[in-house]
Amino acid sequence: MLRDITLGQYYQTDSVIHRLDPRVKLVATIAFILSLFIFDGAAEYAIAALFLAIMIKLSRVPFKFMVKGMKAIVFLLAITIVFNLFLTPGEPVFAIWRLSITKEGIRLASFLTVRLSFLIIGSSIMTLTTTPNQLTDGMESLMKPLKKIKVPVHEIAMMMSIALRFIPILMEETDKIMKAQMARGADFESGNFIKKAKSLIPLLVPLIISAFRRANDLAMAMEARCYRGGDHRTRMKPLCYKKRDFAAYAVIVLYLAAGAMADRIVKMVLVLL
Amino acid sequence: MSIILDKVSHIYEAGTTMSVTALDNVSLVIPDGQFIGLIGHTGSGKSTLVQHLNGLLKATSGSIYFNGEDIDAEDFDKKRLRSKVGLVFQYPEYQLFEADVFSDVCFGPKNLGLTPKEVELRAYEALKLAGIEDEYFYQSPFDLSGGQKRRVAIAGVLAMKPDVLILDEPTAGLDPMGRDEILEQISKLKKETGITVMLVSHSMDDVAKYVDRIIVMNRGGVMLDDEPAKIFKQYERLEEVGLAAPQVTYIMKALHDRGYDVRLDINTIDEAKKEIMSYFSRLAAAKRRR
Ligand SMILES: Nc1ncnc2c1ncn2[C@@H]1O[C@H](COP(=O)(O)OP(=O)(O)OP(=O)(O)O)[C@@H](O)[C@H]1O
Ligand SMILES: [Mg+2]
Repeated sequence: MLRDITLGQYYQTDSVIHRLDPRVKLVATIAFILSLFIFDGAAEYAIAALFLAIMIKLSRVPFKFMVKGMKAIVFLLAITIVFNLFLTPGEPVFAIWRLSITKEGIRLASFLTVRLSFLIIGSSIMTLTTTPNQLTDGMESLMKPLKKIKVPVHEIAMMMSIALRFIPILMEETDKIMKAQMARGADFESGNFIKKAKSLIPLLVPLIISAFRRANDLAMAMEARCYRGGDHRTRMKPLCYKKRDFAAYAVIVLYLAAGAMADRIVKMVLVLL
Repeated sequence: MSIILDKVSHIYEAGTTMSVTALDNVSLVIPDGQFIGLIGHTGSGKSTLVQHLNGLLKATSGSIYFNGEDIDAEDFDKKRLRSKVGLVFQYPEYQLFEADVFSDVCFGPKNLGLTPKEVELRAYEALKLAGIEDEYFYQSPFDLSGGQKRRVAIAGVLAMKPDVLILDEPTAGLDPMGRDEILEQISKLKKETGITVMLVSHSMDDVAKYVDRIIVMNRGGVMLDDEPAKIFKQYERLEEVGLAAPQVTYIMKALHDRGYDVRLDINTIDEAKKEIMSYFSRLAAAKRRR
């Protein structure tokens, strides 16, 4: 059921990508996302696809598992595609009633689809291979310079890690409450929109109550251990770069360079073939 | 009316590195009217098993028959199954959501599509069966004590009038008094209605007094399935899997080992009391004869 949403979930296994420093993965993900927005040609996307494929392979996370997480966004993707197909002005190819599909629309829609799905897969590689704790540690460390201008970096990171930590807990809780209500004959699937929305009340009320209860308990537990924010805190496992992390940075630079010269590279490959 | 499990297995997260075999080839027959204790240590698959009995989880392999019908068949009415096999979850108080106790208990029967009158009648009966006093009917369920909340949640399932009632650790997190009250209530309910009851627990002391059959689970499989007395005789095997016979069984054994001639097949405090008293009168009688 809800467990099928793999977005933001960690997949436990041992791979090169899993072992990388979270900072590298964060930088790589940001670089990859930026590259997707800068790229605008088939050749560049081919490079991006290749890069992504290699990363998926290296991460040892089954592709099936990654795609399962995509299901949640299919709806969003479909809307984007439909809007772009019909609402882009340009040379019409095909017309239904007063709506027409244009050449530019098709181009834009296909690029957007690729862009969005790459973006999602790219960022899910990061979350699938990095535990929430590592992720926030990495973020905190990368944002450290912002402390100079009084940004509460540690607090933001703490909030993020708590939020991330709570996602699976709340999912599990949702699953449990859903089952408990289904055991009392509740039906979350059939009926029209209003009926469906109404059927969520028996799920949402207990869920929200339990979320508050958990938040309360957590606050209490933190206070009991004298938590008081980031100043002068030391880490049990400080982040430090290893050789492979520098190699990974080199790979990112290489990828971006390949993207910049994509047209030439693709032509070369075609010529060689 | 019976439930039959035929070689049921369940694997969570099948096909990933996190896959867990929670049930492994479980075959069971649950006939009508029994009072069954399902015992096993933490993680042995008890909760997984009971969620199969009302179709909340689907078996990875194997089949389950309810009154001879395969519950995984296309045309099988799962909703009817859930009204016939009532399942009270672990910590059921977290499923309460209505503004008052009475409406919360009405939720189940309402989902069955009964008339409002019938719904209210059933809710009333269920609350009475679960031992909730009238004065609490229109209070917010969130203002009740833990034990009372749990009774309300049990009433919520009873209001569906199930033929089989399954309670997943109904005593978890309650103090000894709350525990005894709940168990007494369940036993009374069983006597009054005659339905099949399955009590999930990891404490033999909890179930010894009430049930007439015990199923012991270990690592997703059924290890023992017999009458309580026969199960407790094998307390060494129980200990191997992190369980124990009721405390009185050990006391009686210790007495016996020290030369007191008492019976060993004793599992409840009441029985033990009677046996010890009768031992003393036997002793006195023997002395008089001498
Ligand atoms: N939703 C789930 N996803 C993955 N694994 C699960 C899930 N639920 C249970 N498990 C695993 O299945 C096994 C059996 O769990 P189950 O909850 O059935 O045990 P239990 O006997 O009820 O234990 P307890 O006494 O703690 O309630 C455990 O190893 C558990 O980690
Ligand atoms: Mg359990």
